[in-house]
Amino acid sequence: MTWVMANLGLIAERALSHLGLAVPAVIASFLLSLPVGWFAHHYRWSRTALLGAAGLLYAIPSLPLFVLLPTLIGTGVRDRVNVIIALTLYGIALMVRSVADGLDAVGVPTTSAATAVGYSTASRFLQVELPLAGPVLLAGLRVVAVSTISLVTVSGVLGVSSLGLLFVDGFQRGIVAEVVAGIVATVLLALAVDAALVLAGRVLLPWTRRSRPQGSLVTP
Amino acid sequence: MPDARMIEFRSVSKTYPDGTVAVADFSLVVPRGQTTVLVGSSGSGKTTLLRMVNRMVSPTSGEVLVDGQDVAGVDPVRLRRRIGYVMQESGLMPHRLVIDNIATVPRLNRVPKASAHARALELMELVGLDPAMARRYPSQLSGGQQQRVGVARALAADPDLLLMDEPFGAVDPIVRAELQAELLRLQRELRKTILFITHDISEALLLGEQLVILRTGGEIAQVGAPLEIVADPADDFVAGFVGLTGERRLVVRRVDGVDIVVDGSGRPLGQVAARG
Ligand SMILES: Nc1ncnc2c1ncn2[C@@H]1O[C@H](COP(=O)(O)OP(=O)(O)O)[C@@H](O)[C@H]1O
Ligand SMILES: [Mg+2]
Repeated sequence: MTWVMANLGLIAERALSHLGLAVPAVIASFLLSLPVGWFAHHYRWSRTALLGAAGLLYAIPSLPLFVLLPTLIGTGVRDRVNVIIALTLYGIALMVRSVADGLDAVGVPTTSAATAVGYSTASRFLQVELPLAGPVLLAGLRVVAVSTISLVTVSGVLGVSSLGLLFVDGFQRGIVAEVVAGIVATVLLALAVDAALVLAGRVLLPWTRRSRPQGSLVTP
Repeated sequence: MPDARMIEFRSVSKTYPDGTVAVADFSLVVPRGQTTVLVGSSGSGKTTLLRMVNRMVSPTSGEVLVDGQDVAGVDPVRLRRRIGYVMQESGLMPHRLVIDNIATVPRLNRVPKASAHARALELMELVGLDPAMARRYPSQLSGGQQQRVGVARALAADPDLLLMDEPFGAVDPIVRAELQAELLRLQRELRKTILFITHDISEALLLGEQLVILRTGGEIAQVGAPLEIVADPADDFVAGFVGLTGERRLVVRRVDGVDIVVDGSGRPLGQVAARG
């Protein structure tokens, strides 16, 4: 505990670096999964192949990826971009399926009604399909966020700054409190980000929490 | 002087990719400013015909003219924004408030939000919806209210033409009668061209100024005003369809010096007030 009290500044700094790796990776994997998931949803024949390929990304062991990626993309091993790209790949592996499932869940009657009243393909995707896929997208995004925050710690082994570095450093120097602080702070960070996402969902998807059962209002 | 023909189907047919012939060689003129009702049993090609008008379905052969222009050459999105469309299961966007649903087409046409919303509130009144419902979601409304919202949405951009695909088919009979009466009142006020489809002959006789009776494959059995068709059905199919052989087979009977009308099963329907 004394170690924690004496190093609050360091923990905060590491937590910020941690977020600096996780947040861009989560955002990038969300954005990149949208076109891939849309393709899998829209062209049924591609679905199995695309979801399978995306899922395979998750099978790549993380430490070797962190080490090998720089030789492929020409960055340094400790380069933060390297870590963000690797995390993005894992995020895509989880998120593509959520995008495809979420778009599937919208339902033909609604999309066809949107087309009939005059939505263009683009406005229909952005204003109808994407928001209606929202609950499924959010569920996927929560998994990606928590899993990314946990995966970031692996990069600590390489010496990249994050809460994982506390863990690695504490282990090397035999400071148990630092190890525990690294683990607890990672879990707390994941919980906080998850809570923020739930809150964002409440604000952005208001119709999901307001509906009353049909027919409860009897005036015709 | 605009063309008196709002819609013209010229020998259209539709064969779906799976080989189903939904419509074969269908021709019809839909006059401007009237309600034309296509009536036929389920699967007779009504929805297919209606969707050809706004390019949701493209005909395999033949052409559909709206305002004298072949729709095949018109941008489908623009075309749809100037044609109101009302469908059976309301087709409202579940994630948008009632007011935003009604304002959909004006908003897509980049009308500022404030004026689109003001217009939406006017329309709610026009279709008999309490403006207090503006800030509800469609799922918080009854089926009948949802259909009213659907009608208001179709009217929002003040289109000349309304397409209605069994809009009152999924609501209970009492609400359906109310909605039908409301549509008649609206049409007296607005004089739009309405192409309305239904499988319910009573609804067709009530709403239609021109009636088109369909067999399967979109084949026209008879076209005419409701009175003409009831007075002079073209064949046994039409006679059977408008019910002249069943319940609607009405008989005038003289009881105690008064002419009363009874239906096919002998139930009294009313007195004859006058002839002609
Ligand atoms: N997308 C489609 N693919 C294949 N067959 C279809 C499709 N849509 C409609 N059909 C078929 O075409 C025929 C006419 O359908 P439809 O126009 O929906 O009739 P209605 O509206 O009168 O019930 C039916 O036999 C129906 O099964
Ligand atoms: Mg139909």
